[in-house]
Amino acid sequence: MTAYTIFITSEKIVTVEADLVIVGAGAAGLAAAWKAAETGIKRILLLERTEIIGGILLQCIHPGFGLHIFREDLSGPEFLYKLLEYLEKYKDQIEIVTNAYVHGIETTSYYKKLVKAMTPKGLFYAETKAVIYTAGARERSIFELGIVGDRVAGVFTAGEAQTLMDIYGVLPGRKILIVGSGDVGLIMARRLYLEGAEVVGVVEMMPYPSGLTKNIVQCLKDFNIPLHLNHKALAVRGAKRVKKVVIAKVDKNLEPVPGDEKEIECDAVIIAAGLTPDINILEDAGAAIDPTTGGPIVNDFLETTVPGIHVAGNALVINDLVDNAAEQGYTAAKSVSTFMKEGGLPALEWTRVRVKGNVRFFIPHMLSGFKDVKMYGRSKMPQSPSTLEIPEINKKRKITAVKPAEMVTFTLKKEEIRKAGKTITIVMK
Amino acid sequence: MSVIEREVICLVCPLGCKIKVKTRNNETLEISGYQCPKGIEYSKQEVTNPLRPFMSVIKVRNGAFPTVSVKAESLVPKRLLRELSRRTACLKVEAPVKCKDTVYEDPELKIKLLATRNVPKAGKYG
Repeated sequence: MTAYTIFITSEKIVTVEADLVIVGAGAAGLAAAWKAAETGIKRILLLERTEIIGGILLQCIHPGFGLHIFREDLSGPEFLYKLLEYLEKYKDQIEIVTNAYVHGIETTSYYKKLVKAMTPKGLFYAETKAVIYTAGARERSIFELGIVGDRVAGVFTAGEAQTLMDIYGVLPGRKILIVGSGDVGLIMARRLYLEGAEVVGVVEMMPYPSGLTKNIVQCLKDFNIPLHLNHKALAVRGAKRVKKVVIAKVDKNLEPVPGDEKEIECDAVIIAAGLTPDINILEDAGAAIDPTTGGPIVNDFLETTVPGIHVAGNALVINDLVDNAAEQGYTAAKSVSTFMKEGGLPALEWTRVRVKGNVRFFIPHMLSGFKDVKMYGRSKMPQSPSTLEIPEINKKRKITAVKPAEMVTFTLKKEEIRKAGKTITIVMK
Repeated sequence: MSVIEREVICLVCPLGCKIKVKTRNNETLEISGYQCPKGIEYSKQEVTNPLRPFMSVIKVRNGAFPTVSVKAESLVPKRLLRELSRRTACLKVEAPVKCKDTVYEDPELKIKLLATRNVPKAGKYG
């Protein structure tokens, strides 16, 4: 893998030309780079904000990666190395620049975008035909949850705790409370317990856990770590470091029940309240955002509402499986190839996707009917058994169980999309 | 001899099937609720000797990263997970470490820990 030899000084802005710029060298970005090179795109520039490539893959030391696309059960780093092996073949077409933070994307014209980046050595611009944005997600912070109290040390998000433990080998605390029963929080509960900490409990506001059942079993039940459902963390208390957290039972409107407050002693709090796509730059560039996914509105070419800007991975929608993030990278890359070869995307009429019933969302939002599409979605509530119906094409499929934590995927054939016409409604009940 | 019926949640894939296992005297009589053959294997193992994957990190000296992530070569009995972690807590290995190297082999428990991350010598990035 060669690094871009750019001599950047703070006196002038260095501008380079590329065919494709990919923002973010994580799972989706690397998969997109490989697929783009395979389709014949020549000058691919991969810009990475940090000093290493791989994104969160490097700190995910647990297996479960690659089951679908490589048919192997790999840990995060092993999945990364496998992707890099594929990229190695195309190293003459792909350049990776690290320590480059993309702070804006400007539309110069339909076929020209200006990607603006900051590096420690100065400003750096890339003029490109197309952009694939794969900068991933950010974690929700304690402030977004409305948890008040003293500003103390010892409050971490689950991802921060994972970086501390599994990159730096540092235990975040000895007596830990976890707020939120998302998968990352559950996996951290197991890591903390096994490395010798006491996990006093997991607090979950809803009546059901938000992580996968297999993780409730192998991370909490296996070690008798209590799961407090229907409970919300209200405040953090302490002097220099957290000493205790006030939690309360909540009613069915998720409001705390007055008088039902408990104090839990701990020296570290881990906020595992979920991820949201990190897409400020796309919003600034003019892309429309879907509030139910937190990510951009896309067509089946994974193109945003700004032509030539595509998106994949956790920046598009929060995925459970990295295999899906990589697949989205492939789709975006193939779409960019089409965009460049045909001078635009071959569709003027789109079938609009609508959802009804126990569906929070399904993406992509608009379908061209030119190709088969893999749909990715989530339910609003757990339901078992469930059916997925599409009335316009008389499609009905039984599903054993749906949970918001587990993404629902299925493929729509292009004939089915064309048959449906202007709208396709996905119903789950 | 009485028949014991237990319910286990299969961990093999994200479906998480609830599988009922009937045993008598440690002999499996009936298994129901699975949706694939892996569920049968898993539930039989789970009621006799539950096994789990083991992952951890081990400190590295003179490496580009402070730790190397490791996983046990094969599934480990659930009751030994924390003990295995304890035994590797004070271990330090010397860089470079390559993915799939054997970083530690426990002489008593006969469990091999393999590196799952490359850690070159300090000064280069992996």
